[in-house]
Amino acid sequence: MSGSFRTGIGGRIRRERTVRFRFDGVTYAGVEGDTLASALLANGVHLMGRSFKYHRPRGVLGAGADEPNALVEVIRDAGRTVPNLRATQVELYNGLEARSQNRWPSLAFDVGAINNLMAPFIPAGFYYKTFMWPRKAWDALYEPVIRAAAGLGHAPTDPDPDSYLNRYAHCEVLVVGAGPTGLSAALTAARGGGRVMLVDEQCEPGGSLLSEPDVRIDGLSTRDWIARTVAELNANPRVTILSRATAFGYFAHNMIAVNERLSEHQADPVPGAPRERLWQIRAGEVVIAAGAHERPLVFPDNDRPGILLAGAARTYLNRYGVLPGRRVVIATGHDEAYRTAIDLSRAGVEVAVIADLRPRPTGPLVELARALGLPIRTGCAITGSKGGRRVTSARLSAILGAGKLGPPDEIACDAVLMSGGYTPSVHLFSQSRGKLRWDEALSAFLPDVSAERERSAGACRGVFSLEAALADGATAGAAAAGVAPPTPLRTTAVDAEPAGVIGAVPHDRGPGARAFVDWQNDVTSKDLKLAVREGFQSVEHVKRYTTNGMATDQGKTSNINALGVLADELKRPVEKIGLTTFRMPYTPVTFGVLAGMARGDLFDPVRTTPIHGWAVDQGAVFEDVSLWKRARYFPQGGEDMEAAVRRECVAVRNACGIFDASTLGKIEVVGRDAAEFMNRFYINAWTKLGIGRCRYGVLCREDGFVMDDGVVGRIAADRFHVTTTTGGAPRVLNMMEDYLQTEWPELDVWFTSTTEEWAVIALQGPKARDILAGLVEGIDLSQEALPHMALTEGQICGVPTRLFRVSFSGELGFEINVPASHGRRVWEAVWAAGQPHGLTAYGTETMHVLRAEKGFIIVGQETDGTATPDDVGLAWAVGKAKPDYVGKRSLARPSMSAPDRKQLVGLLTESPETVLQEGAQIVASLGLKAPMPVIGHVTSSYYSAVLGRSIALAMVSGGRAKMGETLYSPAGSGDVPVKVVGPVFYDPEGARLNV
Amino acid sequence: MLLITCPYCGPRPEIEFAHGGEAHIARPQDPSSLGVEDWTEFLYMRANPKGVHAERWRHLHGCARFFNALRDTTTDQFVATYKTGEPRPDLTAVTA
Repeated sequence: MSGSFRTGIGGRIRRERTVRFRFDGVTYAGVEGDTLASALLANGVHLMGRSFKYHRPRGVLGAGADEPNALVEVIRDAGRTVPNLRATQVELYNGLEARSQNRWPSLAFDVGAINNLMAPFIPAGFYYKTFMWPRKAWDALYEPVIRAAAGLGHAPTDPDPDSYLNRYAHCEVLVVGAGPTGLSAALTAARGGGRVMLVDEQCEPGGSLLSEPDVRIDGLSTRDWIARTVAELNANPRVTILSRATAFGYFAHNMIAVNERLSEHQADPVPGAPRERLWQIRAGEVVIAAGAHERPLVFPDNDRPGILLAGAARTYLNRYGVLPGRRVVIATGHDEAYRTAIDLSRAGVEVAVIADLRPRPTGPLVELARALGLPIRTGCAITGSKGGRRVTSARLSAILGAGKLGPPDEIACDAVLMSGGYTPSVHLFSQSRGKLRWDEALSAFLPDVSAERERSAGACRGVFSLEAALADGATAGAAAAGVAPPTPLRTTAVDAEPAGVIGAVPHDRGPGARAFVDWQNDVTSKDLKLAVREGFQSVEHVKRYTTNGMATDQGKTSNINALGVLADELKRPVEKIGLTTFRMPYTPVTFGVLAGMARGDLFDPVRTTPIHGWAVDQGAVFEDVSLWKRARYFPQGGEDMEAAVRRECVAVRNACGIFDASTLGKIEVVGRDAAEFMNRFYINAWTKLGIGRCRYGVLCREDGFVMDDGVVGRIAADRFHVTTTTGGAPRVLNMMEDYLQTEWPELDVWFTSTTEEWAVIALQGPKARDILAGLVEGIDLSQEALPHMALTEGQICGVPTRLFRVSFSGELGFEINVPASHGRRVWEAVWAAGQPHGLTAYGTETMHVLRAEKGFIIVGQETDGTATPDDVGLAWAVGKAKPDYVGKRSLARPSMSAPDRKQLVGLLTESPETVLQEGAQIVASLGLKAPMPVIGHVTSSYYSAVLGRSIALAMVSGGRAKMGETLYSPAGSGDVPVKVVGPVFYDPEGARLNV
Repeated sequence: MLLITCPYCGPRPEIEFAHGGEAHIARPQDPSSLGVEDWTEFLYMRANPKGVHAERWRHLHGCARFFNALRDTTTDQFVATYKTGEPRPDLTAVTA
């Protein structure tokens, strides 16, 4: 097929502005205003893709969002390749490079088309039935091969270089769709004075009017009426119109997600300018004016290139100035196709025949076609077509009644334009959880009961006539804005009978004929019938078995015809079968726009301490602890982690280490009832804790299990400095607020998160006091004045400090709290003062080893949400005399003190070099076969340099009664014998703490 | 995203809030005096209704206060929000 199919006049294109583009490597010319599909059609190219399963050659079917066939990849570069775009919605620009999908090596010659010859052997559920055995072959062989043969487009290979924006908006009235109904609704709603937003997926407002050049509205041409309406809306500062903006999701409480494409249509997007914008619009009222989708006819061979929807053909003619062919057959069960026939005939296209399924079609459009002398065959079914990469003829048969057809007649043509009628687009309404009802007269599901503050108007609720739709939009807009509806507009439109046909067209072609219901998924009427015969009754099951209505078009053209076929086969009315769920997005949305700015460093907040920069300068290796970056170890001279940790551990034990503990959660608990609150909240007793003293606090949930821990210092009678685990601070603060606000509102106490107010410098080791001595003012560091678990306030390096004498290492230790803004300076001063004493920086890994040597637990490592204080050896912390605290009643349950509970113990391997795996299971005896009774698990396991051997902590059932026993840890290399010991491996008397 | 009306601040998007489980489950005054059955009832048993559910929310990223709400679990629509300590609104009175 060659030569130009562009008309000489008409359409909303600029013929003088030539646009060059490439499709599958061939250069073509289009014009400004074209879509990729219209430009290809203008060049006589109908073949635009290969079908998903059978690799059948496919042409464009529609002209908009419902297109199932013409899916293309648009390529700018390796990071800007967008697959699965509908050629009908790709706006042409100079230099556009597009590629067809799902074919190899080329669109015209596709090896995969062998599937088409195999089709009799690939019925519905073929893959489910065939590739079942052996199971292992599925992952290794079947799935990769099937996916390679069947997939849609390819994802880009490079990271997306573009930026995407996210915007929230609020309005009183949101109108979705800027066709005649939506424009009318927005215009009326704007008169209410509130904020009105009008969003539309196309490049300009107008919707179906863009394909209606000849109708007059209110005395104006459609072009002028659109211009006047848009100008009035734009003049109103309270109105926002978004074009190229698809409302793709209707979320709870009138939150509508809109994807606005900003630069996709530009030949040379401004570098760095955003590509798309996600709008999240919260609307007081929503008017859905989403229009309708034309239904194809389900007849044998209905998928050849050159067979398209009649309304789409009319759009190509009237909007883009493109002829779908030179001699066309119109196959229809609906009046609208007559409009196409009339317009094409006037444009010089030969209408070979209008084949109408209906026995006696009447109405003004039918009469107009008759008056023009167009050949009409009524009661006539299209029962087939011929042609390779383009249809060459249509097969027509008279419907004789009682399932009989007359002898077939072959009509030569280069295009078949079909219409079964229009299906209201109820996607957004259904997403809003509104209930649909079946309208028998329209053969359509229509919006019935709303779940949100929304109303549908126009074709999407079955109001198809232009004049009625304009009035319906005005009424809806008026109701949404609370104003009186305006006088209805008059038009010159000729109305079509709204009813059409659904289901399969009768044919006499025998069982081998394939009549496609879902073009995108290659589902035929035969497949649907087979599914019913195999026992599938529910429409949701049939959908999943046959894949009807899946993938990018979400059944826009296929759902209702599939229902018609199912209703016939199940002998049940359509409304008893029901529709499958409409899912968002309405059309595919890029991951880029959903991610927005939340990529890379902005994906998740990163928290760093005031000392972070110093650690970076020292070459620390970091680990993520909740959102924090924590220095894990400080390698020197090419050390690996193991070597660095051994060096750091020995330095702390023998001299002194410095550790950044700023990430510890900190909450200031203040008020007359602060002690009373602490008493009720933590398991410990607090009322007798002296000012200037600290206590290790343990927090349980109401169910008695350990939730958090940390040192708490009493600053004043009414003031506690509470520390929590690094990740636990938000949870603990939330729980404090919960109990205070909802259980004990009578308490006079309040909580302030101070985590980021304090930098915390832990100085641990026998030389700690010597290092600190020269830096503090007004603080007596002596054992007598500031013993272990005491705190004091004073100055360090001229900065106020809360100095805690605490130790998580088992050594003489201080935790220096200074205001965060002074953290780095004080740290560096301490670092400098410590150099003569061998001060060594250490990270979280060494901190873990040191505390494990002392048997100190880490909440979340030794505990797992099912450990009581006693389970982890903290029964001593419980304030037993207290009448109540959070968790006390639960801890009194008999099962909480059962002797076989898992208890914290230490484990020593026979070989001092063997380091157990953390998380490894513990069993009671050798040589057990899986599944074997497991009595515990390893929670912490390290090599201890100072002890010269491995150590481990474990939770073992009845562990404290098993001291000295040998248990086993099954490992890949065989069972590892372990001896149960106490959990404190180093300085069990605590002599090193009290110096 | 739900639109939730904080009784202190007004309507705000769901991302400002944290859900806090079923409302009107008061912690017993003296837990230690409770038998196992009663304590289990308090600790674990929740209504989980299909329909109107009284539940706690916290305006975490706003005023930080806890409050109660009646939400229909079948539609996600809020029927009412009210302050902690106030009785559950009588819906029959509201609709009458």
